Amino acid sequence: MRQLRRTMLYVPGNNAGMIKDAGIYPADCIMFDLEDSVSAGEKDAARFLVYEALSTLDYPGKELVVRINDLSSRLGMDDLEAIVRTGKAVIRLPKTECAGDVLACEAQIARIEQENGIEVGSTGMMAAVESAAGVLNAKEIAVASPRLIGIALGAEDYVTDLRTNRSPEGIELLFARSMVLLAARAAGIDAIDTVYSEVNNEEGFRAEVRLIKQLGFDGKSVINPRQINPVHEIYTPTRKDIEKSLAIMEAIAEAARRGSGVAALNGKMIDKPVVERARYTLELAQAQGTLQKEEERIWQTLT
Amino acid sequence: MANFDLTQIPHLEECGMLHGAFDAEALVKNSNTLREREILHNKIVPSLEDAVLRAGLKDGMTISFHHHFRNGDYIVNMVLDRLAQMGYRDLVLAASSLSECHGPLVRHIRSGVIRRIETSGLRGELADAVSHGVMECPVVFRSHGGRAYAIETEELPIDVAFLGAPSCDAYGNANGYSRDEKDGLACGSMGYAKCDAQYAKHTIILTDHIVAYPNAPFGIPESEVDYIVQVDKIGDPQGIMSGATRFTQNPKELLIAETAARVIEASGRFKDGFSLQTGTGGASLAVTRFLREMMLRDRITASFALGGITGSMVELHEEGLIKKLLDVQSFDLRAAESLKNNRFHQQISASYYASPFNEGAAVNQLDVVVLSALEVDCDYNVNVLTGSDGVIRGAIGGHPDTAYGASVSIVVCPLIRGRIPCVVDRVETVVTPGRIVDVLVTDRGIAVNPRNPDLAEMMKDAGLPVCSIEELRDRAERIVGRPDPICYTDKVVGIVTYRDGSVIDVIRQVAEDA
Repeated sequence: MRQLRRTMLYVPGNNAGMIKDAGIYPADCIMFDLEDSVSAGEKDAARFLVYEALSTLDYPGKELVVRINDLSSRLGMDDLEAIVRTGKAVIRLPKTECAGDVLACEAQIARIEQENGIEVGSTGMMAAVESAAGVLNAKEIAVASPRLIGIALGAEDYVTDLRTNRSPEGIELLFARSMVLLAARAAGIDAIDTVYSEVNNEEGFRAEVRLIKQLGFDGKSVINPRQINPVHEIYTPTRKDIEKSLAIMEAIAEAARRGSGVAALNGKMIDKPVVERARYTLELAQAQGTLQKEEERIWQTLT
Repeated sequence: MANFDLTQIPHLEECGMLHGAFDAEALVKNSNTLREREILHNKIVPSLEDAVLRAGLKDGMTISFHHHFRNGDYIVNMVLDRLAQMGYRDLVLAASSLSECHGPLVRHIRSGVIRRIETSGLRGELADAVSHGVMECPVVFRSHGGRAYAIETEELPIDVAFLGAPSCDAYGNANGYSRDEKDGLACGSMGYAKCDAQYAKHTIILTDHIVAYPNAPFGIPESEVDYIVQVDKIGDPQGIMSGATRFTQNPKELLIAETAARVIEASGRFKDGFSLQTGTGGASLAVTRFLREMMLRDRITASFALGGITGSMVELHEEGLIKKLLDVQSFDLRAAESLKNNRFHQQISASYYASPFNEGAAVNQLDVVVLSALEVDCDYNVNVLTGSDGVIRGAIGGHPDTAYGASVSIVVCPLIRGRIPCVVDRVETVVTPGRIVDVLVTDRGIAVNPRNPDLAEMMKDAGLPVCSIEELRDRAERIVGRPDPICYTDKVVGIVTYRDGSVIDVIRQVAEDA
């Protein structure tokens, strides 16, 4: 089944209470942060805390991600040493500037895997681009390693780099979002949008989620559990979408049985892109558990 | 009556004569105007001492108070200070509840002014002192319904009730607000004070706000009031109530609230004309928000909401989603204003609310109730009275009354608070027996009382995360482990009564740290 990444919940790595509770919310992924949300004096404590949490607590059904510190520092290396050993989490590389950053991190991960008897290549990676250079190099970054599961945009540093700030409409992010998305799609990995920091502005948040869904993003980083349900609501295919997608898939299967490559539904020709969109909708609906029992059965016979 | 001979009425010849107080000689018609009479002939006495002496208070008697002023109450401390000065001893203090602000009572316990306490709950310094054994006699804890019943049956006879009132006219028509006056304090409903006024041998109203007769509508009628004392202040407005109870923004409480709303939806009780109550506590109160969305979506309205009424209940009432509000206690200013302004927002007494042997009690008409808990055990027993250190820190309130009365009772509680598991083998203090609790909703799954297998099936069919309560206990233990048992002495400091006055549990004195 498709791994959903509609929501990636930020959890500060030094907050034991939040780490303990992170699994109770319906986010698809949990991202424990060792980087910007942890002050310099608490870096070691946070690393130990996240390591212990990953080693002892269960987060059933969640994809776990850890954002490590910059690898050029001692901190980043220590983070990597600890987290890779758990074998439980995807490594999120902050402030990725070029493909070389990904390759350097990958080499270290491979070494740690080898030294600790962990299957080499089993640790996933995510790259976050947060600067002009990173955005311009997104294409190379996204294809730099087969370990990459996704590429994310970090907007706060990026807009500072651009010498602007974030607006409610997000016009200043349009290029970066498009660039990251295209890089992700070209590489066949997921694209995750940046955080929305006004936690109490639900309307503004929903507008931004609708925008990034329309652009094509797979999901969004969220900084408060209250932001999870709005994203999921917006990303949930409607009943109409599901029914239409199933009809398309049935029509194309029927055509295939007749030995025809072309099918029509309600007088309209169904071509490959239409089928692909229908397939994606149904995969999403299945992963979200929004397919009804009968629909689930039909979809299984079709796949 | 058929054989009654109208010509045989005894003393018929004396008819027309006035007797007793209306003896012809004594009959003087009072021609004063209303305003003159309010000043010249009324129940207002010059001082609290005066009222106390006229009421005939003696050592050892029982005095009562209400808790509608919550943590802003000045009345209890003021009256006890005065009674101490007057030299009273061995009094039984029967309050509908006591709060953090009543710490000064410890002094009166030590000096022997207060011999015994009856209350729904204790908090703060007073609770701490009681838990550490300051009293010779254990405190008797009663639910709101249980207290009303004890008063009605004279198991708890009240000699003198001292009742603070935000408005009162010269004859004792008292209320928690005033429709005539814009300013002044407001506490909304006077529900818990109504029983005291009705059954006490003497009732004294203490008010900072004498209003013109008739103070209508009234919570307490003049017929139940003996004396009125005007005082400078009856309480601290900040402590009495805040503007509107804010919805929690705590994501964990919201998660629990949303799950509880889904439990209500799945329970088969979520139908047009249903009735509900939500208890105190962030998650419990927030259930209203999620219910509102479901009610709008399914076009369902509730016939009534009961209990401590909050601003959010009032909003649903004013939107037409809840037809009537039955209000024993108004939790916020929004609720108090609604009681003043809305025709179908009705003030009710504690007896009407929850007296256990009244079939018509409002709690018995509830379809669903959502209640908070400090801890719940594997037999579904609920503790809302003592904390994880064994010290008293809560109140029974209407917990066992509503859990029994409601068709479905739902208890909401986080699985873990800090490092404390809230689902345990055995609660420290049983307040509500497990057999009247139907569903436990936590942030890490829900459990349905096995006494109610149909309900469990409904929850599973609705896709709710149902597991056994033992599984919930184990989940909590896996995260925070099992706490060391609390050390107590043999001394009983609290007696927890069930609704009918029977003893359901006792609270012991916590041992001093070694």
